[in-house]
Amino acid sequence: MLVADRVIAIAIMALSAYFMWHATALPIGWNGMTGGPGGGAFPFWLSLIMLLSAGGVLVRSLGQEKSSQHFFDSQMLRSVIAVVIALFVTIALIPLVGAYVALPLFIFWYLKIYGRHGWLLTGILTLGTPVFLFFFFEATLKILLPKGVTEPLFFPLYAMFF
Amino acid sequence: MDTLALLADGFATSLSPLNLMIVLLGVTAGLFIGAMPGLGSVNGVAIVLPLTFIVPPSSAIILLCAIYYGAMYGGAISSILLGIPGASTAVATTFDGRPLAQQGKAGLALIAAAVASFIGGTISVVLFTLFAVPLADLALAFGPAEEFALVLMAFTTFVGLGGDDKLKTIIMICLGLVLSTVGLDLISGQPRLIFGDLPGFYSGISFLVLAIGVYGIGEILYTIESSRTAPQVTPARITLRDLVDGIRTMNRMWRTMSLGSFLGFFVGMLPAAGATPAALMAYGIARSTSKTPASFGKGNLEGVAAPETANNAASTGSLLPMLTLGIPGSPTTALLLGGMVMWGLMPGPMLFIEQPEFVWGLISSLYTANFAAVAINIALIPLFVWALRMPFTVLCALVMVLCIVGGFAPSQKMHDVWLIAGFGVAGYLLRKADYPLAPLVLALVLGPLMEKSFRQTLIAEQGNIFAFVERPLSGTFIALAALFFVLPLVKYLRKGGARSIAPAE
Repeated sequence: MLVADRVIAIAIMALSAYFMWHATALPIGWNGMTGGPGGGAFPFWLSLIMLLSAGGVLVRSLGQEKSSQHFFDSQMLRSVIAVVIALFVTIALIPLVGAYVALPLFIFWYLKIYGRHGWLLTGILTLGTPVFLFFFFEATLKILLPKGVTEPLFFPLYAMFF
Repeated sequence: MDTLALLADGFATSLSPLNLMIVLLGVTAGLFIGAMPGLGSVNGVAIVLPLTFIVPPSSAIILLCAIYYGAMYGGAISSILLGIPGASTAVATTFDGRPLAQQGKAGLALIAAAVASFIGGTISVVLFTLFAVPLADLALAFGPAEEFALVLMAFTTFVGLGGDDKLKTIIMICLGLVLSTVGLDLISGQPRLIFGDLPGFYSGISFLVLAIGVYGIGEILYTIESSRTAPQVTPARITLRDLVDGIRTMNRMWRTMSLGSFLGFFVGMLPAAGATPAALMAYGIARSTSKTPASFGKGNLEGVAAPETANNAASTGSLLPMLTLGIPGSPTTALLLGGMVMWGLMPGPMLFIEQPEFVWGLISSLYTANFAAVAINIALIPLFVWALRMPFTVLCALVMVLCIVGGFAPSQKMHDVWLIAGFGVAGYLLRKADYPLAPLVLALVLGPLMEKSFRQTLIAEQGNIFAFVERPLSGTFIALAALFFVLPLVKYLRKGGARSIAPAE
C-alpha cells in the first residue's frame, strides 16, 4: 500500500512537471498591458500546487511505517489486468475492423471466456448488442460508428435507413 | 404566490405525454442502476448522458434528473437485499436494512426505504421550490468577481469539510482545473497544453470523457475487484399487509423523517458533503435521539427511514445551487451541469429569466418523479430481486460497451475513446489509493468558469487583485473560502498540540 502510494505520488509529480513544461508555451506571468495573468498562468501555477501537494504526500509517506495491507490482491489484479487488456485491444480494433466486429468480440470474450457463461446467454448478447447499437445510434441518432474494413457491408443498410 | 403560478405552468410542461413517459422511463432505469451494487446515480448519469441525444434537450435533462432520483431510491434495494450498498449514498441503509432482511422482514424494510425516500424527496422538493427564486434573484447581482469567489468557495469546502485526505483533495482539484485548461486559451485564443500538437486536444477535454472514464470504466474495474464472489440475495415478498403495516409504522416516525429531510437538503447543497455524509449524519441523529438507541443496528425501521429520507433530500438539495447559481452540489449534478451547457442551457440565474418553462418544467418533474419512483419501486420489488441475481459479468460487459460507444458518439473521435480508457484506469488506481474523485470531476466542469471569471475581473479592474475582496458579496465568499481552507490546519495544529501534551502526562 505504502509503495503504491509513493509510486502514485511520484507519478503525479512527474505529470505536474510535464504540464508545467507545456504550460510555459504561453506567458505564465502577470501581463501588465491588459491586466491579469497570461494564458499559461492558470495551468502552470495550479500544476505547481499539484506538484508540491504530491511532494507532501510523498514526504508524509516516508515517515509512515510499512503496513501489512497490500494494494493489489494478486488474484484480483489478474482479472482487472485481463479486462483492461481486452478493453484496449477492443478500442484498437474499432478503427480497423469496425465497431460491429470489435464490440461483439469483446462481449463474447467477456461472457464466454472470462465469465464462463452458457452459449445461449453469450449468443443473445453478442448478436443483440450490435443490432441495438445500429438502431439506436445509426438509424435513430444518425451517428455513424466506425466500420473500418466492414464499411462496404453496410451500404445496403444505409440505403434502407437513410 | 408567483412561485405557485410558475410551478403550475411547469406542470403543464412536465405532464406532457413525452415528458411523463420520460420520467417513468428515467425513474425505472434509475431504480435498476441504483439497485446494482457498485453503480449509483453518478455512474448512471455518466453512462446514459450520451444516449439522451435521442430526445430534445429539456426532456434529456428531465430524464437525467429522473435517473438521479430513481438511483437514490434504488440504492436502498441492494443495501437491504444484499447487504452491499447499491451506491455509496446508501451505506447507512445497510446498518439496519440488512438485519431486518435477515430477520425475514426484507419486504417491510424495502417499503420503509421507499416511503422514507418519498417523504425526503417531497419535503426537499418543496424546499427547493421555495428557495429557488430568492437564490436566483440574489445570484442576478453576481459579476465575474462573485462567480470566481463562489467557485473558489465550492472547492475549499472539499478541503475544509470533505472527509478525505486534504493533500490528495487539493491534488485532485488542481488536476481537474489543469485538465480543464487543455485546448484553446479563452482570452487569447492560442492553443495550450496540447501535448505535442495532438489535434484531439484542441477542443479540450470534455467533462463527459472524464466522467465516463472515471465513473464508467473505472467503477467497473473497481467493482470487478471488490465483488468477484456472487453475494447472497435475500428473498423478499411483499404483501398488502406489509404495505399497510409499513405505512402505519412509518407514520410514527415523522420527527426522524422531517429532521432527515431538512438535514439532507441543506447538507446536500454543499459541494463537498452531499448524500453520503447526510445519510450518515441523519442515522447518527436518529440513533442518539431515539428512546431505544440500543435497537439501532439490529433491525430498527427508523434506522432505514432516517438515512433514506436524508439521501433523497440531499440529491434535491444539490440540484438547487446547480440550477440557481451554476455551481453543482454533487458530482452527479456536475454532470447534469455539463450536459446542460452542452445543450445550450446555461445554468444560473439567467436561466430562470430566459427559460422559465424549462426551469419550472424541470422542478415540477421532480414532483412527478417522486410519485413515480415510490410507486414503481414498490410495484417492481420482485423484478429487482430477480435483477440482483443477474451475474455481474453480464452487467460489466454491457456497461463497458456502452462506455465505449457513448464516449465516441458526442464527438465522433476515437481520440476521446482512448482518453476514456486512460481515465478509467487512472481513476481506478487513484481511487484505490484514496484520492477522492468527486473534486476532480467538479473541477473539470467548473474550471473554465473559474478561469474566465478570474481573468475577466482582472481585465475589467486593470489588474487590481483586490477587486475580489473589495466587493461585499465576493469578499464574503472569499472570506468563507479562506475559513474553509484554514479549518483543517487549525484542527491539525490543535490535535498536534494535544498530542505533544499527552506524552508528558
